[in-house]
Amino acid sequence: MNTTVTKPVAATVPTHAAPALPGSRFNPKYLPLAATISLFVAMATMGSVLYSGFFSAQVFLNLLIDNAFLIIVAVGMTFVIISGGIDLSVGSVIALTTMVSAALVEHRGWSPAVVIPLVLLMGAAFGAFMGFLIERFRLQPFIVTLAGMFLARGLCYLISVDSISMTNEFYSELSQWRVSLWEGASLSVGAVIAIAVLLAAVFIAHCTSFGRTVYAIGGSEQSALLMGLPVRATLVGVYTLSGFCSALAGVVFTFYMLSGYGLHAVGMELDAIAAVVIGGTLLTGGVGYVAGTLFGVLMLGIIQTLISFDGTLSSWWTRIVVGALLFVFCLLQRLLTSHRDKSS
Amino acid sequence: MSEASHSPLTALLRHRLAWPLLTLVLLLVVNTVFNASFLHIEWRDGHLYGSLIDILNRAAPLVLVSLGMTMVIATRGIDISVGAVVAIAAAVAAWMIGGSVSGSVSRFPMPLAILAALGVALLCGLWNGLLVARVGMQPIIATLILMVAGRGIAQLVTDGQIITIYYAPFFFLGGGYLLGLPFSLFIAAAVFGALYLAVTRTALGLFVQAVGINPTAARVAGVQARRLIIAAYAFCGLCAGIAGLLISSNVKSADGNNAGQLLELDAILAVTLGGTALTGGRFSLVGSVIGALIIQTLTYAIYSLGVPPEINLVVKAVVVFVVMMLQSPEFRAQVGTWVRRPAARERLS
Repeated sequence: MNTTVTKPVAATVPTHAAPALPGSRFNPKYLPLAATISLFVAMATMGSVLYSGFFSAQVFLNLLIDNAFLIIVAVGMTFVIISGGIDLSVGSVIALTTMVSAALVEHRGWSPAVVIPLVLLMGAAFGAFMGFLIERFRLQPFIVTLAGMFLARGLCYLISVDSISMTNEFYSELSQWRVSLWEGASLSVGAVIAIAVLLAAVFIAHCTSFGRTVYAIGGSEQSALLMGLPVRATLVGVYTLSGFCSALAGVVFTFYMLSGYGLHAVGMELDAIAAVVIGGTLLTGGVGYVAGTLFGVLMLGIIQTLISFDGTLSSWWTRIVVGALLFVFCLLQRLLTSHRDKSS
Repeated sequence: MSEASHSPLTALLRHRLAWPLLTLVLLLVVNTVFNASFLHIEWRDGHLYGSLIDILNRAAPLVLVSLGMTMVIATRGIDISVGAVVAIAAAVAAWMIGGSVSGSVSRFPMPLAILAALGVALLCGLWNGLLVARVGMQPIIATLILMVAGRGIAQLVTDGQIITIYYAPFFFLGGGYLLGLPFSLFIAAAVFGALYLAVTRTALGLFVQAVGINPTAARVAGVQARRLIIAAYAFCGLCAGIAGLLISSNVKSADGNNAGQLLELDAILAVTLGGTALTGGRFSLVGSVIGALIIQTLTYAIYSLGVPPEINLVVKAVVVFVVMMLQSPEFRAQVGTWVRRPAARERLS
């Protein structure tokens, strides 16, 4: 693992020395992303060499299938973190979405065609409310979304303390539905949604004025304001987007788990933040890529897959390894930003 | 407006501890109204017995963690790993005492187990402090690393099991009584007393405030900001470790996955309720203790009113929202215009 992390560092040393030269091929801001991708490839190679049956298309597609909701949440989180904020409420909003869907479909007999748009709207409204508080009253995003996390989890328990299982045909059929790509390899509906969200997010981040404003706010909110950018609307929009993504992830989670429960997705916000950081987004805001987040999620997924393929390691090693990775990437970010501060 | 024009009542309300205290008293009154025997304390089985004593005993771990959190927040930081540190300390203590069913045998001597647990907790705090002060990471991210990895480490120590403790002398920490009062109360009081003296009788309090208000200025003025920040995180880790011992001793087990779950949020809430600004600088130790007591009393009230305990989270969320709004200058200004506008209109007509 060490060699793969240090290799790109060594490769970029010349560019560090002369960042302004036109001939420099590698921008150091891509370094965390490059490190993540090479680490992912290294882990995949290691798994393929060590364990028979690891190198198959379905194992890699399963990474997408089992982490579809995490990809969707982490994409929303990427926008929040690029804008310089943080959203701790995502896991609870997922739980609330599964709970509301299950209660309305199972107990009230509502049609999923009504319930799904409704929960998506609810998630977006929840995010917009938090964004409004953060923007209007200059509150710390950390504390506001923390309170939102309490609120959403508490609302779950108000609906029901117990798990509600989904027996609705629409949900159970969709959860079984698979897009077959080629011989023996297929994707679930959740993974397809996740890929669609990812593509849409890449488009929004790089090809719309909203996306550029988000980057500008993360770089410097003051400058963005002076440039006449719609800072306030964009800030509310970022949290609305994150709320919407969480609700969508909740819908996908409902397909995946076929139940609504207040204890679903506990600690998901940590996984999402970890995925975003490992994907090379700077926590100080302004720098980051949605595509990097995909690799961040895949990295978390492949660690779990490796541990389950190994069979002798216990599940808690996942957390320790993720913590260690988080440490390495934060350190890398820190080195990068201190370099940038010195050069500017 | 001169100071003399204030009546004693407004002067009292202006005191920074007035609102937290008022909230606590209000909660106690609500409890007493719905449950007449709430304030009743009696002598039973050789110690004091009653709802108030129960609240104090259960609040002790939260008080300890809140004290540590206050010092960290005062230096402009935050420590979201305290829940995980609680789990680690509990796991280490439980493992060293061992799961022997006989009740009088311990794997290692108990003082050694306690020292080891506290030592590990202190190391966790030092690690956080080094990441923040030396490496220069944002506090929330630096402590996020331990928050993610910590539960894994705790489960590694307990081997993924919930370790049940049968060694009777260990139960004294979190469930024993001294002079009729819960022993955990004495531990919390001792930590509070030592910290209070250090902060008020030495220049430490001043230094911490200086670092919190402007770290650069403090460093230029000769305050050793880095050491101070590292010490604050180390102290916070130690407090979490003591809390972990109290909790595991009280429930007679250590659960790597669930011990201290959401404790970091409760502690941050307690500190904010106590009037410490999350932006660093001004802090109040007494306020944090009151904040922790408010949270515990609130929990007790929710249970005793027969409201489903699940509502607890919603109530806490609403409390955080309200406190946040009240602390926001923008919100105060907004409310100010709402209050002033009708008055101005009256004057015009």
